[in-house]
Amino acid sequence: MLQLTDEERAIASGARGGGSAMALRIVAEAARLMGARRLIPVASAHIDGALYHGDSGTLFAEKLVEGGARVAVRATLNVGSLAPAGCAAIRLAAHQRDMAARMMRAYEAMGCEPSWTCAPYQAGHRPAQGSDVAWGESNAVVFCNSVLGARTNRYGDFLDIACAIAGRAPDYGLHRAENRVAELLLDVGGLSKELRRSDVFYPVLGTFLGRAAGSTVVVIEGLQDCTTEDRLKALGAAAASAGGVGLFHVAGVTPEAPDLATALGDRPPKQRIVLTHQEMQATLARLSTAGATDRIDAVAIGSPHLSLKEMGELENLLADRTLSRPLYANTGRHVLQPLEAQGRRKRLEAAGVIFVVDTCVVVTPILPEIEGAVLMTNSGKFAQYAPGNTGYAVTYGSLSECVESAVAGRLVREPRTWS
Amino acid sequence: MVLKGEILIPGGNVKGECLALSAAISFWGGVDPRTGMIIDARHPERDRNIAGTVLALPGTIGSSSASAVLLELVHAGNAPAAILMDAPDAILLLGLVVAREMGWPTPPALRLPASQQAALAGKTLLISSDGNIAVQ
Repeated sequence: MLQLTDEERAIASGARGGGSAMALRIVAEAARLMGARRLIPVASAHIDGALYHGDSGTLFAEKLVEGGARVAVRATLNVGSLAPAGCAAIRLAAHQRDMAARMMRAYEAMGCEPSWTCAPYQAGHRPAQGSDVAWGESNAVVFCNSVLGARTNRYGDFLDIACAIAGRAPDYGLHRAENRVAELLLDVGGLSKELRRSDVFYPVLGTFLGRAAGSTVVVIEGLQDCTTEDRLKALGAAAASAGGVGLFHVAGVTPEAPDLATALGDRPPKQRIVLTHQEMQATLARLSTAGATDRIDAVAIGSPHLSLKEMGELENLLADRTLSRPLYANTGRHVLQPLEAQGRRKRLEAAGVIFVVDTCVVVTPILPEIEGAVLMTNSGKFAQYAPGNTGYAVTYGSLSECVESAVAGRLVREPRTWS
Repeated sequence: MVLKGEILIPGGNVKGECLALSAAISFWGGVDPRTGMIIDARHPERDRNIAGTVLALPGTIGSSSASAVLLELVHAGNAPAAILMDAPDAILLLGLVVAREMGWPTPPALRLPASQQAALAGKTLLISSDGNIAVQ
């Protein structure tokens, strides 16, 4: 049974204005439906709710603004449906464009930071280990929990901004230490070190994890000395789009897993999976939907948004060549600004790179409509969502294969052993 | 026959034909927010419309945008007349919580075990504000 404090009841009754009252009532109702007994303070929020799905979401945000609502804690914004920072053209009809713009303005008016990125953790928003936060966007949630060790559930539309305004969240799920203990052990130590040290492995591992774990907390054994931050980012994003993963541990790597026993809470795992070469192959095959064709119409990278380091890898692979297919580089303004200042943006654009900033190619119409088109990507999340959201079939490959294919204008594969 | 549902989101007395889904559904990507049509290509009730029905959900597949789809349906007048669900899905139901805050007419949501839902398929149901579900 949910117990609100006197202060919370006063806010819900309008002591701090209509907007704050509405936000607190929404958080309290969510807490009641989830079976939480109390609300807890949160240190920050990441808001996924400013992506336009229809007019009702815009009207909701504007009602909060009219009620004088302001965020009580630091709140960054996830991608929107438009690209105020420019770059790729967006094919939204006039009414939708207008409502999407109104929605983005409303969230900024409530004091949210115009970060417009799905990788806020690489744009300077990194909550402290052990702190409670209210984050939306599944890849940001899983990174926040797993790599930073801060505590959040997967906060969806409306609840994310309501928590940010209330400065509170329902006390349930991954906020509670007992729910952060791994129950599933995934052993990848049987795969070659070469594979475990390659970028292209991590979205495939994440996709397998999402399907195998659902929303169960997992600890992965066998990745010591193999991971980078961008690899963990790719792993989490794929796991959270293929399944309901909100938290994973990597033994000897992530902050709540100094060793296997700690991640498991000093208990034997309820389930143990040994990842085999055959399962890797099967998962890899499922990531591509285009079948046996060497056709490539476009390449998309950057889901989650590319880091500055990943941009550097793109430049190295391009090596001043010109692309014969468009390569959509999805990123945030936190990356575009330094690229611009260093003169690197112009060079990349001259080579045929199209920057997609503040948004991305699977959440808003950017890719041209082409019959039977094929999109190549190195992102597990793009591979998951592109067929449904863009109509393009997908071919999955490494960043290097993506670049070589965009240069050649047809699929280029490199020899690789998936074991 | 009268069944008793546990009230998750209260509402007035409503009447509608029961559309009992035979598989769990994700509202985001599974239901067209503009029309209420089931668009998930792999769902057994694909091309059925949930607008105005008493929608019986044996399960939901969590998506953090499910609430946005349901709110959009309420706003456009394409929401179910009532929702019966096996287990409360807080993310989906948040769409109704927000609709109520917006002052829009909000369909009630009741908890009813999946085992009792299937028998209601195609029947006209009268849902009262006290949680009673009468089969006509």
